[in-house]
Parts: sequence; structure tokens; C-alpha cells
Amino acid sequence: MSDIVLKTEGLTKYYGGVHALENANFMLRKGEHVAIMGDNGAGKSTFVRQITAVEQRTSGKVSFYGNEVNFKTPLEAREAGIETVFQNLALADDLDVPSNLFLGRERFLFKLGPFSILDSKSMRASTRDALVKTGVKIPNLSNSIRRMSGGQRQCVAIARTATFASKLIIMDEPTAALGVAETAQVENIIRNIKANGEPLILISHNMRQVFDLVDRIVVFRRGRIVANLKKTETSGEEVVQYITGAKQAEENILAA
Amino acid sequence: MATETHGVGGLVYDKSKREWPGEVNVLIALVVMVALFEILGWIFLHDSFLFNTRPDVHTLFNNQRLSAIFVQLAVQGIIAVGVTQVIISGGIDLSSGSVLGATAMISMSFAQTALVNGNPNPKAIFGPAFMDLPIIIPVIVGLACGVIAGMISGGLVAYTKIPPFIATLAMMVAARGVSRWWSNGNPISFPTAEFNSIGTGIRPFLIFLGVGILFQLILWFTKYGKHCYAVGSNEEASRISGIKVDRHKVLTYTIAAMLAGLAAVVIISKQQTAQAGMGMMYELDAITMAVIGGVSLSGGRGSIIGTFLGFLILSVIISGFIFLGVNAYYQEMVKGVIIAGAVVLDQWRQRAGSAGRK
Repeated sequence: MSDIVLKTEGLTKYYGGVHALENANFMLRKGEHVAIMGDNGAGKSTFVRQITAVEQRTSGKVSFYGNEVNFKTPLEAREAGIETVFQNLALADDLDVPSNLFLGRERFLFKLGPFSILDSKSMRASTRDALVKTGVKIPNLSNSIRRMSGGQRQCVAIARTATFASKLIIMDEPTAALGVAETAQVENIIRNIKANGEPLILISHNMRQVFDLVDRIVVFRRGRIVANLKKTETSGEEVVQYITGAKQAEENILAA
Repeated sequence: MATETHGVGGLVYDKSKREWPGEVNVLIALVVMVALFEILGWIFLHDSFLFNTRPDVHTLFNNQRLSAIFVQLAVQGIIAVGVTQVIISGGIDLSSGSVLGATAMISMSFAQTALVNGNPNPKAIFGPAFMDLPIIIPVIVGLACGVIAGMISGGLVAYTKIPPFIATLAMMVAARGVSRWWSNGNPISFPTAEFNSIGTGIRPFLIFLGVGILFQLILWFTKYGKHCYAVGSNEEASRISGIKVDRHKVLTYTIAAMLAGLAAVVIISKQQTAQAGMGMMYELDAITMAVIGGVSLSGGRGSIIGTFLGFLILSVIISGFIFLGVNAYYQEMVKGVIIAGAVVLDQWRQRAGSAGRK
């Protein structure tokens, strides 16, 4: 039991009459990288939003490192160690790169409540280190994020997640808007995370990427988990059959 | 060296092609405006707008005009320092003029002198025990009134999720009511001599300047300042990132109203009287200064330096029109044009910027 990072039992979310997520039983072990696949509206993002407390679940249980948790806000989830790269990036457009990387967890020279003096030098230096590690190309750290390409912004968001090493990292389509080189960079970041033994949930539509990076693939369809496939025991064809519904699963699968 | 110190990943960064800060444009506009009044002055009046032309005075500048430019809007300037922070955080504050009015009445009641020319003070609000108090008392009362008003409107915005426009509109109406109710609409006058000294001469401007510098430094170097820009730029991202957005909002509105309280102390000291109608439309002057100075009404962008330049532009217009002997009604019309022009220019700039043009 002790190697289980995240466990959901009967996780369910209704939006009014819409059953966006129904009875999802999911498990993630230490150091494991799992991909979540499925068509649009299959419930992938809904699933992530319940875990990270961006929304409150209708019913079901979530345990994190063996303890049942009921996060009220995304902040609580983050403080517990769940770092998320959201599909719509959580960046402040008018701030520069270091400010975004350290948003909400600034370093200080001098503590004085809200008027604490920021340690900009040290934050800038750490930002540079973090970005060099991830191989991001950014011409000027002091430019506001507004002025940057989608890829650069995504890399900043991911660098932020990777910098504050955590107990669980969730990425919701991290390469959807990226060019070839930038996608490769993000994939490198994910490999680094794997090498460090940190668990990860990756939502992606990219079959090659998924087979390249993760250990296990969980397929969502119409709000239910319909398949739980070890990468070594499946093929792209089988995954697609589950995604499109050509292949049906037995009821209430346990994705473990 | 140039590329190494700015970015990562070896992209070339050309420092010389860097975009100007928006404040530079405002400064240019200010200089152009002063030059325009100078030229018009020589053409129509054979006199200088800015420089001294009187043979019996030996100064370079026309000091009277300069001090008028600095002082005539200083009270609104103090308000604008607070309003700037609210706007950067993505809000708006319509209540500052009324808060000034209410605070002026209450604060003045604690600043009165017992004897006027040997007779008891005819405008006394309280009994003799509250006369001739040390100067610090009315000042603290004024700031405290502002803090209370700010906590109420900030609390409304943060915790009831009323749009800031509505919440501060409610405070604007209510605070004006307080200022009329306090002495049944009667003016309150005859403050102590020490209290009068706060607002004499150029001091209102110096207070404005001091407050402006203080809060510009706070915006640049503190957590509060960073969070102003973060919340104004993307409130949801700020919340997810762990910024206590609600608490931050209460703080910004409280600071803004506290500065309105300070402005009240300055204006009653300068005019030596408090009236229920004081500060009317000051909130709009303050917002105008910020907008002219490049503070974005959608939040996330701007500075107090910009607002200060906006203050100078407004004040130069007033002085310039008086100098040229133009009817005061035109002032308002020109002000309107300038507000619209400033926002349009700022939007063009933003669009050009995000299209990647330099």
C-alpha cells in the first residue's frame, strides 16, 4: 500500500445533468508515469480538475500518499505537493519570467508582511538555472510574458512545475501548442522528471509521445475509464480502438 | 555579454531595439504641451509661459506659475497615488472624492481652536475638551477614517464579489451622506495654527511627492507591489499560484482610501475649512491622471511615475489656459479629448507590441 501516490475511488462529477466523470477508480504508484488519453469531452480534464480541486467533485474518494484528502482550493492541493500545468496556462501576462516562476512563492531579502522586500537577484538567478536545465530559449527574461510565443510561455509554465520539485506532477496537454523543437524540450523535461523518480500524470493526444514517455496508458471515454493498458502489452491500434469505442471494456474497470 | 545577461538559450537580444517604457511617451506629450503653451504665449501675448519675464524679479523661471502647476492639483494627486494601485490590481475606486469629503468633516472637528480673535469658536463641533488638540490627533483621525472606508469597500469587492465599480459607487454615495450628516451640512472652520501649517505653500505638493515616491518604491520592490501587477494581470492564475487575492484587494482599497484621508487632511489644512461638498469629482481627476499616465484600466500595467506625469499634464493644461486667457469651459472639453486620446494611443501601442513590431 505504501507505494501508492494517488488513489481515486468512485470519483464522479456531474455538471447539472451532464455526467462528465463517472465512477473513476484510478491508482498511481511511486515513480510511475501514466498517460491519460481519450477523445474531446471524454472526461480527462474533468478528472484532473477534481484531483487538483479546481472544481469540487460530486462524489468519490481521493487519497494522496495513503491519506484521504479533501482539498478545498487549488492552493491546498499545491501545498500538499501536487503541481499542475493547466491547459489554459496559469501565467500573469504582464509580469516577466522570474516573477511568473516565483508567483505566490517569492523570495525575500527582508520580511515585513505584505511589504516584504523581494530578492529579485536570487529569483532571477534561479530562473536562469531552471530555464537552462529545461533548454528553453528566451531572449530577455525581463520581457513580459505577453510578448512571448505560445511555446515559450508553455516552457515557462513547465519550468515552474519542474523547479518546485513535488510529490506529483500533472500536465494537461503540455505540448498541444508547441513547435517541433519545443515539443522535444518538453519531452526532455518529462524524461528528467522520470529519472528523478517523480510520479507524473500526462494528458496527451499524441500517440508517439505517449508511447515514448510513459509506463501505462489509461483511456477515458464518455466520462468513464474504459482501459488500463501497460505500454509494453499494448499497441497504438488497441489504444485507438478503446478511444473510439470500437473496443468495449467490462464495467467499472480499476485503473491500477 | 549583452545576450548572456538578458536571456537564456542563446537567442540574440538587441538592447537598442528595446521598447520604450510607456512613461516616456507621456513625458514627451508633457514636453510638447509645455512647448506649445510657450510658443502660443510668445505669439499672442508676447510673454513666456514658463520663464520669468519681469525685470524686477531675478529668477530663471516664473516661480509663481511653477508653484501653481505643482500645488493646484496636489490633493487630487495624493488620491491618484492610491487609485493607481487599485487600477493596476484590476479594480477601480470611485469613492475617493466622497471619502475625502467625509474625512475632511470628521478630521476638522478634531483640529479646531478654542478661541477665534478672543471669542469662542463659532463653528465649534465638540466641547472645549476637544479644542486645541495636538496636530497629530486630527491627522490620525483622518487616516483612520480613510482606513475604515477602505476596509469596507475592499471587503465588499473581495468577499461579496460585487464589481468594484458598484462597490465603490455605493461607498461614494454613502460617504457623501456621512459628510453632509456630520454637521448637518454646515462648514467646520477655524483650525489651530499648527494644523494650518500642513497645507501652506508648496507643502501639499511635497506630501504628494513623498507619498508618490514611497509607493512607487513599494510597487517596484515589495511583495505587495508584485501582487498588484499579478492580480491585475491574471486574477485566476494569481489565485492558483497561491496569492491571497482577496486579502490583497482589501489592502489595496484600504491604502487608496487611507491616501484619500491624507488628502482630506491636506486640503482642510490648506483651505482652513471643511465643507460637506469637498472633493466632489476628485476621484475622476485622479482616475484621469492615472489613465493619461498610461495606467491600463484593464489592470496589470502602469506606474506611479506615469500617474505623476499625468498629474503634470492636467495641471499644465489648467495653468496654460489661464495664462492664455482661454475660457475655463474649454479646459473641460480639452481634458475629455486628452483622456480619450491617451487610451486610444495606449491601445495602439499594445497592439503594435503584441504584433511583434518594434
